[in-house]
Amino acid sequence: MAGPETSPAEAILEVENVSLRFGGVQALSEVSFDVQSGEVRAIIGPNGAGKSSMLNVINGFYHPQEGSITFKGVTRRRMRTHEAAAQGIARTFQNIALFRGMTTLDNIMTGRNLKMKRNFLLQALYLGPARREEMEHREFAERVIDFLEIQAIRKTPVSRLPYGLQKRVELGRALAAEPDMLLLDEPMAGMNTEEKEDMCRFILDVNGEFGTTVVLIEHDMGVVMDISDRVVVLDYGRLLADGTPDEVRRNPLVIDAYLGTVRD
Amino acid sequence: MEILNAFFVSPFVDMAEYPVFFAEVVANGFLTGIMYSLVALGFVLIFKASETFNFAQGVMVLFAALTLVGLQERGVPTWLAIGITVGVMVLLAMAIEKVMLRPLVNQDPFILFMATIGLTFFLEGFGETLWGSNVKRLDVGIPERPLEVPLGGDFMLLNEFDLWAAGIGAVMVLGLALFFHRTTIGRALRAVADDHQAAMAVGISLRTIWVVVWSVSGVVALVAGIMWGAKSGVQFSLSLIALKALPVLILGGLTSVPGAIVGGLIIGIGEKIGEVYWGPLVGGAIENWFAYVLALIFLLFRPQGLFGERIIERV
Repeated sequence: MAGPETSPAEAILEVENVSLRFGGVQALSEVSFDVQSGEVRAIIGPNGAGKSSMLNVINGFYHPQEGSITFKGVTRRRMRTHEAAAQGIARTFQNIALFRGMTTLDNIMTGRNLKMKRNFLLQALYLGPARREEMEHREFAERVIDFLEIQAIRKTPVSRLPYGLQKRVELGRALAAEPDMLLLDEPMAGMNTEEKEDMCRFILDVNGEFGTTVVLIEHDMGVVMDISDRVVVLDYGRLLADGTPDEVRRNPLVIDAYLGTVRD
Repeated sequence: MEILNAFFVSPFVDMAEYPVFFAEVVANGFLTGIMYSLVALGFVLIFKASETFNFAQGVMVLFAALTLVGLQERGVPTWLAIGITVGVMVLLAMAIEKVMLRPLVNQDPFILFMATIGLTFFLEGFGETLWGSNVKRLDVGIPERPLEVPLGGDFMLLNEFDLWAAGIGAVMVLGLALFFHRTTIGRALRAVADDHQAAMAVGISLRTIWVVVWSVSGVVALVAGIMWGAKSGVQFSLSLIALKALPVLILGGLTSVPGAIVGGLIIGIGEKIGEVYWGPLVGGAIENWFAYVLALIFLLFRPQGLFGERIIERV
């Protein structure tokens, strides 16, 4: 597969022989790859290649008919989405899925929900421990806001924000959960160059400063080749190639898939 | 001239002339209004969590009251019976989640709405099969004495029962407001209302939230059932008070807890005043239609209600 540094012991996520069908449609067939702790891993492929399905399998939206997913040493076939979140998987969506009625801050605070342990009676009465807990989480949320440079829109309902900022808030909500692994579904889709550059910087900072493992789907090849350590290429639900950006770029199968050449 | 005078002048003259009587009318309307709010709250809770109008809310009121009376009739002491009924409503919520909501996850809200209509018929039949369909008297031991409240040298006549009902209603409303604004569950609930998928992705269990919401609205239904049942007997028509909650919801906005309360109060007070001061002019029964006419006017000028979220459509 990839370079010599690959060793299964360091893998935070292992996808083994995953097959997923919707009725007669084969969305994924026998896909296997791994993600190492602390790397930026990209999943690329033409439209309909099964990239989003792959992410949905990883965080439990879809349950594959065959194969297994091993995250942090725990193997599973079926897991519910909220359990995946509890294990440290956070994600963003291709079509932004923010809580539109809430402010930026509230959206980011929902990312802290899992970490809040106090009894709801204490919370309702806003008593001692619950109050302290709320403050701590609020502080963390503010750190995320500072990090993403969205202080100015803290109190703005997200439905009023422009697209690029909404994407950033969504990233913030995912970061607020302090995930071990971050799944980003086309984080740069629909952005202009400047917004893309910002987003790249945030992703690299998250990865570099907090050591968060990142798995991302992206169509912008320039971005993918720049920021990812290794790349998985899917086509028609099958694994086409897996390796460093350079290896993938030179792989004739990949070139075919993208340019549509027929080879014998 | 005569007519104009009768409609637009003399009622106000009456109000000014006998302020204590006017205060009594307002107070009575206020107390009835709180009871309307209580029923409307049940709707708001479920609407907030699933964007669905729960057609079965009225029948849940009936079902809770029937269960309570049925247990009492079999010799269970009142407090224990209330506790058991709460348990039954929680069980009902779990069953609804498992049988109705889970298979319909991510469906259009309208489909869920149709499912709640089905639930209405089921609960109605189920309740009457279990507990019988005759009219029952519900007595939970709240005193029903008339009370004379001194006011400006005169006395205002109130029913002690209404005061109790208002007090209990106020406590419930306050409790619910704190629950939804301060707690993690409350925030999770608002998240679920906005986006199912995203809520799951941040680690919120849809099932837990649904069970919590339906349980809470079941308990609200029980309280409403106790209050209304004690007033007018437990029978099928109890489920029709849900119809009175509709104008309350239109006034207050479907998504707002404070809206349900203010809406209930406006309608309670408004219809009492209308009945007492204008009723004789049109042959009475204003109480029966006042709420709906008010709702109609609101629909024309402010369809989102007093506190509802603004309806903004991007084109």
